[in-house]
Amino acid sequence: MARKPLRLFGHRVHLQTVIAYLLAIAITIVMLLPFAWMLSASLKLDRDVFAFPIEWIPSAPRWQNYVDIWTRIPLALFIYNTTKLTVIVTLLQLFTSSFAAYAFAKLRFAYREVLFLAYIATIAMPWQVYMVPQFLEMRALGLNNTHLALICLQAFTAFGVFLMRQFYMSIPDELCEAARIDGMNEYQIWFRIMLPLSKPALSTLTIFTFVSTWNDFLGPLIYLTKTELKTIQIGIRMFITQYSTEYGLIMAASIVSLIPVLIVFLALQRFFVEGIASSGLKG
Amino acid sequence: MAPISLRKLNKTYGALTVVHDIDLEIADKEFIILVGPSGCGKSTTLRMIAGLEEISGGELVIGGDLVNDVPSKDRDIAMVFQNYALYPHMTVYKNMAFGLMLRKAAREEIDRKVTEAARILDIEHLLNRKPKALSGGQRQRVALGRAMVRNPEVFLLDEPLSNLDAKLRGTMRAEIAKLHKRLNATFIYVTHDQIEAMTMADRIVVMKDGHIQQVDTPQILYDHPVNMFVAGFIGAPQMNMLTTTITRTEQGFAARFAGQDLVLPRHLDPRLIAPYEGREVVLGLRPEQFYERAPADIAAENLMEIETLVELTEPMGSEVHLGLTWSGTAITAKLSARCKAREGERLALAVDMSGVHLFDPETQRSLFAPEPVRREMAA
Repeated sequence: MARKPLRLFGHRVHLQTVIAYLLAIAITIVMLLPFAWMLSASLKLDRDVFAFPIEWIPSAPRWQNYVDIWTRIPLALFIYNTTKLTVIVTLLQLFTSSFAAYAFAKLRFAYREVLFLAYIATIAMPWQVYMVPQFLEMRALGLNNTHLALICLQAFTAFGVFLMRQFYMSIPDELCEAARIDGMNEYQIWFRIMLPLSKPALSTLTIFTFVSTWNDFLGPLIYLTKTELKTIQIGIRMFITQYSTEYGLIMAASIVSLIPVLIVFLALQRFFVEGIASSGLKG
Repeated sequence: MAPISLRKLNKTYGALTVVHDIDLEIADKEFIILVGPSGCGKSTTLRMIAGLEEISGGELVIGGDLVNDVPSKDRDIAMVFQNYALYPHMTVYKNMAFGLMLRKAAREEIDRKVTEAARILDIEHLLNRKPKALSGGQRQRVALGRAMVRNPEVFLLDEPLSNLDAKLRGTMRAEIAKLHKRLNATFIYVTHDQIEAMTMADRIVVMKDGHIQQVDTPQILYDHPVNMFVAGFIGAPQMNMLTTTITRTEQGFAARFAGQDLVLPRHLDPRLIAPYEGREVVLGLRPEQFYERAPADIAAENLMEIETLVELTEPMGSEVHLGLTWSGTAITAKLSARCKAREGERLALAVDMSGVHLFDPETQRSLFAPEPVRREMAA
């Protein structure tokens, strides 16, 4: 027997819907609370940051924190470095992933499945296992303390290839075949047919890559020791000194570093939910 | 000029052979249809001609040139796919123009050809739309248009109508047939629908399990199928197959079924029937050969009276299909809509024996088919 719907603000709703919404709201609050705390702390003096009970809205917001972060450390340079690394790595990953994925999804060659599985298996290997040998290798190549080292390491991603390949598999082979008969070679098919159709997958990969590269801590920590090369994530550590930690400034810098990630995410998130483009096919 | 020759063409995937040594001569400007059930190798054969599938063995010759290793784009062919395969991100105009753009044709020429094709196909008003804003029939026209603008020698069509509804399919059938006459090109068309094959083709190639069963004009396939498979595949509803025994009677040879001698017509060569005397043969009777009242133009000597029981009636409007049992064997008869027989009633019918078919039950071949009948089309 179906349960009787409740009446809420003049709308008929089921109890399950109410519970689901309440649960979703509760989880959202739990997820957002740390951000709220960070925002609140970024407007406080260090000594007030951990005051209890928490003063969520500071009675005397200290806007000076947002001025100090630019002068106490070379934050602008760090943002420039991070932006440079993130943009280059993201573009390279989009290129290499979609290129390799096209071959794995649409071309027939010997040992295709085995090669793909072997490549995908590397996802299961934690970076911590091989980061030291990798570092030694990079140092031997003379790339220690350069951005190029990080770019080389992060330009290829098994996850990206996997993501793009799954998407390409959902594009019918007939499109490629029609293109071949039309006179395109494989590079043209990739560039003129596959890339324009894979905007949703490319956006998803952009979000993943941008966020992970922007927030990467361990990579820059290992490879970049010179201040002028540092990224924002390790640059913020300069607020931690031997004798004190300036939490107010750390939180303010963190808020600033969050903004580009938010912009990228909000700009591309609508593609997350967009379906595959198969509208030229039977419907 | 683009006659096409398939010589001992075959296709294997590892140990599996899906097309076995196919020989086929297709004349220039012929409309040829490959037909057969799913998995009979018809699409694979078409894809080999298109260059989308590697040829495992044999030769493919188009217009006198061996093209086994020539890429698709250089074979002077165009293809229409079952799911149309229109580029979803391009407008109708761009979809049609794309092949020409890649060939670096002049802008005016592209414009002229696309407009001309759009006019013929009646899609001029759709040129600025994207495929997703089109109906199935419109997409089908765009796919045809994309093939037309290239002005190829050979059109390859892979089940192009199978995604359309029945009414539209009828219209498009007529349009494709018209298009063939107008374009003056060779058409190779794949379908599993024998009605499409019968109505459009100059010649039909019936395939099964990767082998060609028979190649001939629609009427000859219908009148003289070489084996039980072709007999069953061509014609709807299917031909009735009865296991009978050949006996000799005063009127000549007869096929005995359930104690009744069905006298075989005189025009059938008795020398080919004689070896089967006293043996079983399969008698093929088309549902159209049954009458409630036989028309006057059928000679009385070719008419046999039979008693049946009506199991099922399927009124089609212009005619009625009856599911009958004749001495315990299920048969189908196609009668005029005037027939008022009801389920469960007994029904006396006349069978026109002049169109019977006889098959060897072991080889399944027609007793009267010497070697696979081949008739070359007059180009």
